[in-house]
Amino acid sequence: MSQGIVTVSYIGATILFILALGGLSHPETARRGNLYGIVGMSIALLATMLGVVTENYGLLLGALVVGGATGFMLARRVQMTQMPELVAILHSLVGLAAVLVGFANFMDPNVHFTGVELVIHDIETYIGVLIGAVTFSGSVIAFGKLSGKISGKPLMLPARHWLNLVLVIAMIWFGREFVAGSPIGEGMMPLIIMTAIALVLGIHMVMAIGGADMPVVVSMLNSYSGWAASATGFMLSNDLLIVTGALVGSSGAILSYIMCRAMNRKFLAVIAGGFGTSGGSSASSEDQGEVVPVEAAEVASMLADAKEVMIVPGYGMAVAQAQHIVYEITRVLRDKGVNVRFGIHPVAGRMPGHMNVLLAEAHVPYDIVFEMDEINDDFPDVDVSVIIGANDIVNPSAQTDPDSPIAGMPVLEVWKGGTTVVLKRSMATGYAGVQNPLFFKDNTRMLFGDARESLDAVLKSL
Amino acid sequence: MKIGIPKETFAGERRVAATPDVAAQLIGLGFDVAVESGAGDSASFSDDAFREAGAEIVAETAALWGGSDIVLKVRAPSDSETALLRSGQVLVSFLWPAQNPALLEVLSGRGVTTLAMDSVPRISRAQKMDALSSMANIAGYRAVVEAAQHFGRFFTGQITAAGKVPPAKVLVIGAGVAGLAAIGAAKSLGAIVRAFDTRPEVKEQVESMDGEFLMLEFEEEGAGVGGYAKVMSEEFIKAEMALFAEQARDVDIIITTALIPGKPAPRLITADMVKSMKPGSVVVDLAAEQGGNCELTQPNEVVDAHGVAIIGYTDLPSRLAAQSSQLYGTNLRHLLTDMCPEKDGQLVVDMEDEVIRGATVVKDNEVTWPPPAPKLSAAPPKPAQEPAPPPPPKPEAPAWLAPLLTFGIGGLALFGLGAVAPASFMAHFTVFVLACFIGYMVIWNVTPALHTPLMSVTNAISSIIIIGALLQISSGESTIMWIAGITVLITSINIAGGFAVTRRMLQMFQK
Repeated sequence: MSQGIVTVSYIGATILFILALGGLSHPETARRGNLYGIVGMSIALLATMLGVVTENYGLLLGALVVGGATGFMLARRVQMTQMPELVAILHSLVGLAAVLVGFANFMDPNVHFTGVELVIHDIETYIGVLIGAVTFSGSVIAFGKLSGKISGKPLMLPARHWLNLVLVIAMIWFGREFVAGSPIGEGMMPLIIMTAIALVLGIHMVMAIGGADMPVVVSMLNSYSGWAASATGFMLSNDLLIVTGALVGSSGAILSYIMCRAMNRKFLAVIAGGFGTSGGSSASSEDQGEVVPVEAAEVASMLADAKEVMIVPGYGMAVAQAQHIVYEITRVLRDKGVNVRFGIHPVAGRMPGHMNVLLAEAHVPYDIVFEMDEINDDFPDVDVSVIIGANDIVNPSAQTDPDSPIAGMPVLEVWKGGTTVVLKRSMATGYAGVQNPLFFKDNTRMLFGDARESLDAVLKSL
Repeated sequence: MKIGIPKETFAGERRVAATPDVAAQLIGLGFDVAVESGAGDSASFSDDAFREAGAEIVAETAALWGGSDIVLKVRAPSDSETALLRSGQVLVSFLWPAQNPALLEVLSGRGVTTLAMDSVPRISRAQKMDALSSMANIAGYRAVVEAAQHFGRFFTGQITAAGKVPPAKVLVIGAGVAGLAAIGAAKSLGAIVRAFDTRPEVKEQVESMDGEFLMLEFEEEGAGVGGYAKVMSEEFIKAEMALFAEQARDVDIIITTALIPGKPAPRLITADMVKSMKPGSVVVDLAAEQGGNCELTQPNEVVDAHGVAIIGYTDLPSRLAAQSSQLYGTNLRHLLTDMCPEKDGQLVVDMEDEVIRGATVVKDNEVTWPPPAPKLSAAPPKPAQEPAPPPPPKPEAPAWLAPLLTFGIGGLALFGLGAVAPASFMAHFTVFVLACFIGYMVIWNVTPALHTPLMSVTNAISSIIIIGALLQISSGESTIMWIAGITVLITSINIAGGFAVTRRMLQMFQK
């Protein structure tokens, strides 16, 4: 196959990838978008295999089949609540691949450059491996944190910012060494050392970030895996990789930005880590009044008598795997003519869109699931809001208390509705360590206990 | 300790201080409960029901009073009842200490610790034991029912084959608990409901009940301490009376609930206003016991004046005895729950607790009424202070500076790059920058609900890095070949896994 046909195939694949992302603008078109992605990937693979690969087909096909089968198994087996972990571990594979491709390319004796071109090529290799290594180790740690294998608490090393700075400076210095040593065949050592440093940086960076900032981290790693692919594309002079990497990279960057905005935090502040450990002034537990606990049966009758019900799920719903019960309750209420809707905060859960996926898994129709901005003005008309395992995203002090650590964060204004029922395991504070005045409001009722058991009881009473 | 529930002796009183439900809950707190035989009869709670709930039935009035440590009542004790009390007992009932100083003296002389349910402070924490509110709620509802009884028309409007039925117009004066309950009840019968109150902040509450709030073009704050109304100035009252006179000609039913604590009820509806009302109209005066809001009200009676029925019943809660007993009993139970922190059937009168302190009017041999002023009010009379002015905005760089800097630095960086980089690099770089822009444009269109599928699909397509491995796998060097083989393996996990899981997720999204 001629080089021209390969290039044309790559252009086709690029367009299909763009269409794949464009398709995600609506659930109806998203399935077709995914298909475009698959077709694009197949075209790119076939063109490369037929047009570029000349030997070792056995190894290639073997690896493809084994890898593909493993991937299918993973995708089939994964629980929807484990989606953040899966995404994180898949990111780590892209990072690892970037490192491996970089090393292989550097060792390849057939690659010949001289002068400025060599310098640029070396820098591209170096950067590709660097981003790949950070993505790899960072994603592995993120996977560990999300799956609970590593504590979700931020790791606070003393002088951690200086440590990061030293690591970055060391990498720049070794980069110089690498570029200087590469023409005389001494580049391998600095490259390996830098890879080790980058791995440490990735680990340290994600270790310092707490559980609730994970949506930002996951989308940031998503972005990095794209930039790694893009840098690899520069190294290999391959436009398909550059374009695809740039698409993925900017997608992840925008997601990170959306997540940060939803928490009213600066991206750098999230990356620097350690949120919620330096308590703000209002974190002091002053007497806020009394909470009013209720029984499941009372909640059931409140829901049955309501006209407008808003359900606000949070990470607690995912932990308790309560989404199916939530849907059963929704169905019963809707059959009774109650207008049940869902209000989703952008950072609810551990990954962008986490709650939507869980609700979709439980067959909640997507046209009754709304984003915070769409629904926040409707709360005064809502009779009963049900908060399932969420805390900071419904905290009124974000609006009222300028000293609060979460001040200015957009929140769902549930307290403006008729009655708010909060499902919670205990009176512990949320992730940000901030007391939630919502619980003490006159129109708030607390239903303590495991979300799934409580909702089960509510469903029975309905 | 033993709780005694006597039969109410006040003429016409049908309520009882505990229902079988409440009795069972009190027993759950560790108390013994004794009920006088027949105490619940007029509220439709039989002795058997109390027995089933675990209470003891005592036939002798004197035995019940004598054998109890705590006596729960609805009405303040009569003279013959106070004679049955002994030192060390605890009495909980409505008492109206301001109107009954003599009773307080008798009780303190006998050493009876007395808690007046009407003196429970009206703070948020004490809402669950606020018997005044729960009774006022019932009174407001019943007021509408009584009005409907004497009103010879529909409340709701209808258009029938036999002609048009106009909806009744109801004016509620005083939008406290009773007023709001009346608004709700009248509204749900289909009437047009208007409401007036001297406290403008209740406008929102009236409107939340679907009532129309009548505004007075007058600047005066009507909220007193503790969420109650206060006496208004002369000019205000004049404007108010003009409004009522105008409304009286228009509306069919007037329900008045205006009360000022410790003062006789304000006279709001004059005889002239009644005269101006349409024949067949109804006035329900919930303030009859305190002298009445209407000039012509006779307590406990329905009088016909100028063809208008003026209802002055003072026993409206008692007319819904089963319901009001249940609510009052629950208020008592909440109070006792707070006073029995160990749930061991032992009562603790904690004078440090603001609520208990407020309710306790006699402690042992001492009159402890009036209590120190309540610290909190449901609606503070005035915000403590003006909110601090916002800090002066920080001097900001002019708006054009930021883009200028961004573009300037970006441009310089590009220029520097262009000066040294070879043409082949610049071609790739062009593609890269354009791809970033396309990505930026496309991703902003993605609906937030699909952010997770977006991440998994971008993950799958970022495995395009497999192309890099494919370019290397044909290498003659076995190390490179194997590294490329491993890369193909892990990226193909990613490709298959990413696309498959995206597909699985997208299939779940359904209407």
